[in-house]
Amino acid sequence: MKTLSYLIAALTLALAGPALAQNTDLGEPLAEGGQVEELAIEGEEELGPLRGTVTDESDWRDLGVAIPAFATDRDVPTPANANGTAALGREVANVITANLRNNGLFKPTGPNSLPRPAYDQITDPNWSGWSGRGAEMLVHGYVRARSDDRIVVGCYLYDVALQDELIREGYVVRPADWRRAAHKCSDLIYARLTGEDPFFDSRIAYIAETGPKDARVKRLAVMDSDGANHRFLTLGSATALTPRYSPDYSKILYLSYVDGNPRIYVYDIGSGKQTLVTENSSPTLAPRWSPDGKTILYSMSVAGNTDIYRVSANGGRSERLTVTPGIDIAGSYSPDGSKIVFESDRSGAQQCYVMDADGSDQRRISFFGGRCATPEWSPRGDQIAFTRIAGDFNVAVMTPAGRGLKILTSGWQDEAPTWAPNGRIIQFFRTTRNSGRSSLWQVDLTGRNERRLPTPVDASDPAWGPIRP
Amino acid sequence: MNKTVKIALLLAGVSAVAACSKKAPEVLPPPPAEPTRTAEATPPPPPATRPTGPQVGSQEHFVGAVGNSATIYFDTDRFNIDSADAAALQAQSQYFMQYSSLTFTIEGHCDERGTREYNVALGERRANAAKNYLVSLGIDASRITTVSYGKERPVALASNQAAWAQNRRAASVVIN
Repeated sequence: MKTLSYLIAALTLALAGPALAQNTDLGEPLAEGGQVEELAIEGEEELGPLRGTVTDESDWRDLGVAIPAFATDRDVPTPANANGTAALGREVANVITANLRNNGLFKPTGPNSLPRPAYDQITDPNWSGWSGRGAEMLVHGYVRARSDDRIVVGCYLYDVALQDELIREGYVVRPADWRRAAHKCSDLIYARLTGEDPFFDSRIAYIAETGPKDARVKRLAVMDSDGANHRFLTLGSATALTPRYSPDYSKILYLSYVDGNPRIYVYDIGSGKQTLVTENSSPTLAPRWSPDGKTILYSMSVAGNTDIYRVSANGGRSERLTVTPGIDIAGSYSPDGSKIVFESDRSGAQQCYVMDADGSDQRRISFFGGRCATPEWSPRGDQIAFTRIAGDFNVAVMTPAGRGLKILTSGWQDEAPTWAPNGRIIQFFRTTRNSGRSSLWQVDLTGRNERRLPTPVDASDPAWGPIRP
Repeated sequence: MNKTVKIALLLAGVSAVAACSKKAPEVLPPPPAEPTRTAEATPPPPPATRPTGPQVGSQEHFVGAVGNSATIYFDTDRFNIDSADAAALQAQSQYFMQYSSLTFTIEGHCDERGTREYNVALGERRANAAKNYLVSLGIDASRITTVSYGKERPVALASNQAAWAQNRRAASVVIN
C-alpha cells in the first residue's frame, strides 16, 4: 500500500515536474453565470401569428440584414462599457453582426457603416431611409441602464419591404452579461428568419494547446460560442483532454492525467472542485452526458480491454454496457436518451454501432468503406456526426440507420465533431501535418460554410454546450 | 562537415536498430536523451558492477543494460507481440529477473494517425500486451504498472510512415 502511494507520487512528479507536486491542476473557479430575464417590450402593434417561415436555405443565404447601433434613452455610465450606454448599444449591434456574418447565412451590415437611429425610431423605423439602402431585413434595438444597475436590451426585427415588425423580445441582464443579451437577440433573428432553433447563446469547452509537438501543454478552457469570455480552467501541469459540458452548464466531464493515469473527472464549475467519475484504479476515458444530465457514459480499460459503462451523475455503482473483446468507446446518447451510438473495433477496425440505452441490441451501422470514429448524435436526432477515416480524417454525417453518408470537410486530419445546440452546425478540430498545430473549425450541414474559430492559442476537442437558459 | 557527422550518426543509429528489430522504422533519428548510445552496434551486456556508471534502479542503468530493447514497436492499429518484440521483452525480463526488487511502468503510445480517445485505449492495450508477455516470462505482475499516453507524447515529430512507426511503441520505464 505504501509502495503504491510512492508510485503514484513518483508518477505525479514525473508528469508535473518538481515544482508542482500537489495533486491538482485546477485554476480559479469561474464565477456563477447570471440569468437572462425576458421582458415584454413595447412595439408598434400586437404581433399576429408568425407568417410563413423560410426553410429553403437558398432563399435566405443572401438576405441583406441592416444592424445599426442600438439606441439608448440616456447615455449614462454603465459597468458594461467604459464609454456609457450609447457605446454599449454600438457594441451590442457589433456582436449581432459578427454572429450573423460568421455563419455564412446572411449578408449583415453592421453599425460602423450605418446611421444610428434615434431612441423613438426603434419602434417606428424610418422605412424610406432603410429601403433606400437596400436592406431587406432591419434590426433595431435599444440599451437602457436600469436604476437597479441591470441593463435592459430591446431587440426588434423588421421586414423593410413589408414595412412590418416580424418579432421582438426584451432582456434584462447584469452588466457583466451584456453579450448574452446580444446573443439572445441574434438567436431571435436567426430563428425567425430560418425557422431553425437558436444556438448563439451557448458556450464551448475545449482543450487549449501550447508548446512544441513533443511537449505539448494541454489545458481545459471554456468560452462563449463566439470566442468571448475565454477562461482557462486548468493550469497545464497535467494533460487535460476531451471535455464535455453538462446540459445545465454546472459541470464539465474531462480526462486528466493529474494523478499520472488517464482518468475522467467531474469538475464542478461553481465550486471549482472535482471528483473521479468512478472510484476505480483502472483508466477511464471518453466521457459523455445523457441529454437529461442524470447519467454519465464513460469507457474503462481493464487489462487492456476497453468497454462502455454508465453511472448515475450522483455516483454509485457503474453498469457495464458492452462485453465484446476489443475497444468499445465514445458512447453518445440519442436526444431522447433511449439509444447510444458508439465506436468499436470488434470487427477488426473502428466502426460505429447503435445499442439500446441498457446495452441490448448492439448492431453496426457504418458500412461505407473507411472507418467510423467519435460518433455524436445530433440534438435533433436525425443525424450522427463522426470522424471518417479513409486515408485522411474528415468530419461526416449519416442517419442513425447508417445511410446518407455526407462528408463535410477535407482537411488532412479533422476529428471529434460536436454539434451546435440546434443540430445545424458542427465544430471539430483540425491538425496540421508535421507541425501538429491544432485549431477549432466549424462547418454547416451543407459543407459549404466552413470557418476557423478564433482562439487565443492552439485548440482541440471542442464540446459545444446547449442553449443557455 | 557538420552534415556528414550527422549523417554518419544517423546511419549508425539505423544499423543499430535494424539489428534489433525488423519492424523498426527505416529512418530513425537518434533519440535526444542518449545520443551516443545509439551509435553502439550492439548493446553491452548488463554490467554487474560499474564504479562510476548509472546506478541500479535508474532508467539509465536499465537502458544501458538492454539498449534498444527498452522499447518495442507495433504495426498500425496492432498490439500483438511479434518475434522482434519477444526478443526485446526477453532481454527486459532477464534484466528484471536480475534486479528483482525493481518496479517499472510500461508506457503505451500510438502514432498521431488515430482519433484521440481510441488511441488512449489502444496505448493501454499495447502496454498490457507487453506486460502480459513479461508476466509469462516470469516477472511478477505486481511489479509492473501500465499507463497509456495515446498519441499525446510522440518521440518522432514528422508526419510520415517512419515517424509513425517510431511512435507506435511500448516503452518500459524503471520507477525509482
